[in-house]
Formats: sequence, C-alpha cells, structure tokens
Amino acid sequence: MSKTRKISVTINGKRYDEEVEVRYTLADFMRQQLGLTGTHLGCEHGVCGACTILFDGLSARSCLMLAVQADGHEILTVEGIAPSPDKLHPLQEAFRDNHGLQCGFCTPGMLTTLLEFLRDNPDPTEQEVRIAISGNLCRCTGYQGIVDAALDAAQRLKPQKEAP
Amino acid sequence: MKPPPFQYYDPATVADAVGLLSRLENAKVLAGGQSLMPMLNMRYVLPDHIIDLNKIAALSYLREENGALVAGAMTRQRDLEFSDVVKSRYPLLHEAIMNVGHRQTRNRGTVGGSLCHLDPSAEIPTVAAAVDATVTVTGPKGNRDIPFAEFPAGFMSPAIDADELVVGVRFPAWPKGHGYGFVEFARRHGDFAITSAAALLEEDSNGKIKRVSLTIGGVTIAPVRMRNVEKALVGQIASEAVFKDACEECRKIDKAIADVHAPADYRQHLATVMSRRALVAAHNRIGGRA
Repeated sequence: MSKTRKISVTINGKRYDEEVEVRYTLADFMRQQLGLTGTHLGCEHGVCGACTILFDGLSARSCLMLAVQADGHEILTVEGIAPSPDKLHPLQEAFRDNHGLQCGFCTPGMLTTLLEFLRDNPDPTEQEVRIAISGNLCRCTGYQGIVDAALDAAQRLKPQKEAP
Repeated sequence: MKPPPFQYYDPATVADAVGLLSRLENAKVLAGGQSLMPMLNMRYVLPDHIIDLNKIAALSYLREENGALVAGAMTRQRDLEFSDVVKSRYPLLHEAIMNVGHRQTRNRGTVGGSLCHLDPSAEIPTVAAAVDATVTVTGPKGNRDIPFAEFPAGFMSPAIDADELVVGVRFPAWPKGHGYGFVEFARRHGDFAITSAAALLEEDSNGKIKRVSLTIGGVTIAPVRMRNVEKALVGQIASEAVFKDACEECRKIDKAIADVHAPADYRQHLATVMSRRALVAAHNRIGGRA
C-alpha cells in the first residue's frame, strides 16, 4: 500500500486533483500543497479553532482531518467567503467596522465558524454568539469586538425590507 | 506537528473493517478523529495502520426501537444534538451532548468514538452508565452485546478485543415526564470536565422518589454509578436537603483520580456538589415543570 493517494476535492468552488501523502492533515494539505494559507494553524490539536473550515457546509477543524478524507467533498475556507476580489462579505464588513480583529490570526476560524452559525441561527442573542465562538481562541480583542461584529452581521444579513 | 507515517485504509463495510482489524498488527480505528487526530499530531500514538470508518454509511443511523434510542457507532454527535427525538425523549443525553466540545467538534465527533476513547470525563459514556446502555460490538466471531457497566476495562480502555469493533449503542428510555439533570465543572466552557454528574428521577404524585439514577464522571477511571445514593433516596420525599445528605456519600468514592487538574479529595468534594445540583435540576424538571 502506498504512502500517497490521489484525491479530488473542491475548495471554494475550484476543483483540485492532487496526489497527497496519507498522513497529511487537511490543513497542511491546503496550506503547503495548494498554497491556500488563509486557513491558520494555531495549536494543531483541535483546541484553538483557527483552522476551522466548512466541510460540506459544516464547520470542522482542518487540523483534525486527514487530507485523504476530503476526497470527493466540498470545502469552504476564508479565501472563499468574499463574493468577489473587490467586495467583502457582510460578515467581513462587520468585523472591519466593529474592531472584530486586531492581529487577524484567529479571524479565518472566527469567520467560518460564524458563517455556519448565522446561517443556522440568523437572529442570535449575545449569549448564543458567545457560545458559538467558544471553540475559537482570540488573544487580542477580548472577544467583545467579535461578538459585536457577529450581532451586527446578523442585522446586515437580514433580507432588506423594501422602502415604503 | 505532523502525524507519524502509517498505512491508510478506508473500508466501505463493517465486514471489511473487521477483516482488516484481525489481519493488521498495531492498527488504530479512526472514527470522528476528535481524539485520535490530536494524539497522532502529538505522536502520543504511533500506529502502523489507520482504519478509517468514515466510508461505512451503515454505521451512521439514529432510531427509536423497543423503548430505546439506537445509535450507530459513526453517528455524529451533531446528529444527537439536532434530533427532535433525542431532545424530547432522551433529554439527559441532549443536555450532555451540549457539553461535548464545541459545534466544530460535534460536527465530526461520533458516538462510538467517544465510547471507545472512554475519557474518564467524557459525557456520552457518563450518560451510557446512567441509563444502563448496551454497547454492540462485532468481530470475527460475530456480534455481542456488552452492558455498559462491563464496558470499561481500565483507564481509557474498553473491554473489547483487538479484532472487535463497536458498531452501535442502545440507550433505554425513561418514562415520559421523568426528571433529568446533567451538570459539570470545567475551568472553561467546552473543556474536559473535572467532575460531572448525571441524574434521572421519577417521583410519585406526592413527591416520593420511585426511581433514581445517579452517575459521576471524571472522578474515577470510568463513570461510576452511585448505587448507595440511589438506594438511600428511593422512598424519600424529594428535597434539596434530602439530596444534599444523600450526596455526602460521594465523598467516599474509591480510587478517585489525582492529577495536575485537581487532587482526589477536591474531585470527591465536587462530586457531592455536582450530584446534588444534578438531582435538584432533575427534581425541578419532573413532569416538564421547568
């Protein structure tokens, strides 16, 4: 049995056909083999949340998955959140406007985590937001700016009412 | 941190997985990966072979059957979290699941993985002890059922053979309107609990305790049922004072763990507090009154 395997995975809408070492984590595969360095690695054992991605639409730690397990699946990383290169997603805009980031290291995981959360819970309370990001560590902001950004994003993401 | 080199297998059937397990030396089974992957990344484990169960669709199911919830080994913790049946009929399990890691880990983590990893403070094994769950394993000689009380063989070691695989678990239901409470003490939300308690309670119309189950997690190598507390409570009129008295027994839990997180007597003390809180919560919820 070989040490590598051929996989086919869709990341941010683009298909990648790659030969990958079977022991490679999904995070290392994306960062080192594909050059998608938006996904950050903090602790590499599932505690800090920086490497959170959406795997078939559900948040997951990419340091706790093998790249071979992504074969045939769809992944969304921070690079795939904005609708176009010159336009930010409303969640990203809310982070910028509410001081939701300082050094930015935790931000890719915060954004992917909150993208899933706000999709499932479009009108959250502050407490629900705090629980939602409890698996993501931030050492700069004290979380308040992130919580504000999430609540603000929920408002921005609501369907716009027609002007009377 | 990188996992050590290993051979990787992703069988599509239980029979293939058991075949690989019986054939390969030093093999590890990969379920949701929320415990094994960190151990690989940190090289706490150095398996020669990884047998990934994620392609075995037949191990992922959740249904009610003969008065019990039956879950496949590869059923995600997320599936329990979002199941209406679990929420309405197995509320202790639902409350426990909300204490398991975070959304990102519950999306991947599995029922069978948690049972087999058997961390002393893991929530799913604690509920399994509380409801007298039955674990089904399969191996070259076929299926067998193990009552959860006999499932832990030692610290983080289930009583299954090297060529056996956990395929499912059966959580018996308690009658409609029973009280339940799952509480745990952890330094941070989502962390491993230092001590947890799970309580189930039935009372008659006068508040007299008919049936009670009390389990403590995190204090000994595996969740422990507090049979003496249960015995002392049956027949009594439920009240916080009665619970408090009975839970003093938890201070005597034998072979309490002492480690960097907490000394043994602190864990025993937490057990008295957590068990009282779980029982009070259960009492307050009887008949859906809270």
